[in-house]
Amino acid sequence: MEYNAWVLSAVTFIYGAAGTLYLFAWVFHKEAVGKMATWVALFAWLGSTIGITMRWIESYRMGNEFGHAPFSNMYESLVFFAWTIGLIYLVLERRYKNRTMGAFAMPLACLALAYASLSPDKSIQPLIPALKSNWLIAHVITCFLGYAAFAVAFAISIMYLMKSEDRKPPAQNLTGRLPSSALLDELTHQLVLFGFLFLTVGIITGAVWAKQAWTRYWSWDPKETWSLITWLIYAALLHFRMMRGWRGKRIAVLSIVGFGAVLFTYFGVNYWLAGLHSYGEQL
Amino acid sequence: MSLKNDVSANIISSLWNFFASLKLTVALLLCMAVLSIFGTVIPQNASAEEYIRIFGLFRYQLFLILDIVDMYHSWWFIGLMALLVANILICSIDRLKTTGKVIFTRHPKFDLENYRKRQDRIEFRIRQDAAELREPFLDKVARRFRYCRAIDTENGFAVTAEKGRLSRLGVYVVHFSIVVLLLGGLVGSKFGFEGFVAIPEGETADTIDIRHTGRQLQLPFKIRCDDFNVSFYEGGNRPKEFKSSVTILEAGREILKRDIIVNDPLYHQGIGLYQSSYGKMDGGQQALPPMTAPPEKIELQFQSVASGMVYTAEVSMGETVEIPEGLGRLSVEEFQPEAKFMNMALGPALIVKLTTNGGEAQTVTLPFHFPKFDAMRKGQVVISTMVEHRPHVEERYYTGLQVVYDPGIELVYSGFVLMIIGCWITFFMSHRQLVVDVAVTGGSTRVLLAGKANKAKMGFKLEIERMADELREMADGTHKK
Repeated sequence: MEYNAWVLSAVTFIYGAAGTLYLFAWVFHKEAVGKMATWVALFAWLGSTIGITMRWIESYRMGNEFGHAPFSNMYESLVFFAWTIGLIYLVLERRYKNRTMGAFAMPLACLALAYASLSPDKSIQPLIPALKSNWLIAHVITCFLGYAAFAVAFAISIMYLMKSEDRKPPAQNLTGRLPSSALLDELTHQLVLFGFLFLTVGIITGAVWAKQAWTRYWSWDPKETWSLITWLIYAALLHFRMMRGWRGKRIAVLSIVGFGAVLFTYFGVNYWLAGLHSYGEQL
Repeated sequence: MSLKNDVSANIISSLWNFFASLKLTVALLLCMAVLSIFGTVIPQNASAEEYIRIFGLFRYQLFLILDIVDMYHSWWFIGLMALLVANILICSIDRLKTTGKVIFTRHPKFDLENYRKRQDRIEFRIRQDAAELREPFLDKVARRFRYCRAIDTENGFAVTAEKGRLSRLGVYVVHFSIVVLLLGGLVGSKFGFEGFVAIPEGETADTIDIRHTGRQLQLPFKIRCDDFNVSFYEGGNRPKEFKSSVTILEAGREILKRDIIVNDPLYHQGIGLYQSSYGKMDGGQQALPPMTAPPEKIELQFQSVASGMVYTAEVSMGETVEIPEGLGRLSVEEFQPEAKFMNMALGPALIVKLTTNGGEAQTVTLPFHFPKFDAMRKGQVVISTMVEHRPHVEERYYTGLQVVYDPGIELVYSGFVLMIIGCWITFFMSHRQLVVDVAVTGGSTRVLLAGKANKAKMGFKLEIERMADELREMADGTHKK
C-alpha cells in the first residue's frame, strides 16, 4: 500500500471522530466539545488534502508516464468527494457559526471515505488514452464541487425536516438547538444554487471533452442522461421555490430526492447500467 | 363578429397564460426527468433480436410503437423539448414586459414613503444641518453604487442609489442559452453527419458509412492511413496510446499530414476525424517461423573497408571460403539458434573462424537478424549473413476513424458559455437599491437608511448596516471639525 492510501484511511477515522464529537456536542449541548470537533474536522480535512497531494506526487514518482492528477477512478473520486464535503462544511460553519450541521455533514465525508476504502484496488494506474486530457481535471473538480454542495444541502434538508417535525415549542431541546427553519431553508437554497452552477459547468466541461474524445458532445449515455436527470430535478426545485407555498418542507424533500439522483448518477450508473463512462468499473 | 373575435382572443390569451405559467415549467422538467430514466434502463438503438431476447416479442412491439428503442429522438420526447422551448420563450416575453421597465430606464423610481416604512430601516440622529451632509453623503454612497443621485425632499434631501440592475437579465440569458443549445443540436442533426471508416495501413479511403443508416457518403477529400500504432504501458496490457498517422489528399495532392490520437482529433474542412478503433488485418502473409536450424545455403556478404567493394559468396556449414582482395579465409563452424554477445540476445547466428593471410585467427559472430553487426569489430572486412528474406511481414493493422461533421457546434458552445455566465449572474449577483433619507425634524437631523435587494437579502442588510456606521462616523467627524 502506498503512503497516500495509508494517510487517507487514517483520515476516514478522523472524519468519523469529528462527526461523533459534533453529535456529542449537539446532543449534550457541550460548547467545548464542539470546539474540539471543529479542530478535529479541520485536521481531517488537512489530512485528506495531504493524502491527495501525496497521491499526486507519488504518481509522478512512479514514472513520468504514470503521473496524473488523482481524479481518474472511483477510489480517487470518492476521496475527492470527501475532501470537497469537508471544505464546504468548514466554510459554512465559519460563516454561520453553527456546529450542529457538523453532526450531519461530517458523517457523509466519513462514509464517502469508508466506501472508498472498500475499493479492491487502490494502486495508482496510468491513464488510458480516453482519460488523457486537460478536461479531466476541470470536469472532475466542477462535478464534485456540485455533488458535495448537494450532499451538504441534503444534510441540511434532513435537519430542516427534523426541526419542522418537532411540534414542541423551540426550547433548549435537541431540535431547538438547530439553526432556525428560515436559515436552514435559506442554506439549502444557497447550496443548491452553488451545486447547480457547478453541476452545469461539470456537465458542460464533460460535453466539450466528450466532443474531443468520443466525437459527440452528447450521446445519451446512461451517465450523461442521469446527470441530466439530476440537473432537471434541481432545476425543478429552483422553479418550485418561486411558487407560492413551496418553501420549506417541500423544498427539503426535493433536495433529498435530488441527492438520491446524484448518488445514482455517481454509483448506480456504474454498477447497473453499461455505458461509455465506465472508468468507475476499474475501481 | 365581435363575439368571434372575443372567443379567439380568449383562446389566445388562455394559451398564452398556459405557456407563461411556472407550473408548466416544473411539470415539463419533472416529466423529462422521469421519462429520461426509461432510456437508461432499456438499451437504445439495439438490434431487434436483442430486444426480443431480453423483453420478449410483445414488449418489443410496444417499444416500437412508442418509439422507446430510440426514445431521445422520438416524437414525444422532442415534443416535450419543443413545449419547454415555447414555455421558456413565452415566459421570457411575459416577464420582460414587466421587468423591462425596471431594467431599461435612465432614472429608476424610488418610492420614498415605501422605504421610510420598511421594517429593516436604520435610523439615527445627528446635529449637523442636512445641507452640510449632502455632498459628503453623496460621495460616500457613490463609491459603492453605480447609480447615485440626490433628490430634494420636504425637510432635507435623499440619496437614491442602486447597482446590479442588469443582473435581472441573467435569468433571461440562462433561458435563452437553453434555446440556443437545442437549436444547435437541431442544426447538427439536420445538416451534419456521423460516420465511420476503417482504413488499412498504407491505403486510402474517401467513403464513410453513415451511422445507423447503412448509407454511404463520399468525403470531399481522401484519407490515407500511413501507419497505425498501439502502445501499452510497461508490464501490463493497459493501453497507453492509439495513434494513426494520416495524410489528407485533395485531387491527388497531399494537403496535410498528421497523427490522430484519442482526445486529439484532426479537423479538415470542418470535418472531424477521430481515433475510434483498430484491428489486425486478416489474410496477411505469415511471418517466418523462428529459425532452429542453419539454412542449407548460406549467402555471405563481404565489404572491404579499404575499397568499399561488396562481394558475395554462397557457403554451407563446415565449408571454407576465400575472401577477395586477399582479406583472408573464412570457415563456417557453428550455428547457434539463440546466440548471445555480452549478454545481448542476438537471435540465430553463425559462428565463423576468420583467418587473415598473416595466419591470425579469430572467432566472429554473424547474427542473421542484424546484418551490420560485424561492423562493430572494426576489422578490414565487414561480413554479414543473409537469409532468404521473405518480406518481413509486420502485423498489419487497420485504423477505425469516426468521421463527424456538426455545423451546430458553434451554437451549442455559445449556448454553453451563455448558460454558465447567465447562471453566475442569476445566482450570485443581485439588484440592490438604497435610500439615505436625511430630514431636519424636531431640531435635529434624522438620517434613515433603507434598501431592498431582489436576492441575497441578508448580505445586503449587512452592507446597509456597515454603510450606516460609516455615515454616522463621517457625520461625527465633520461635527468635531
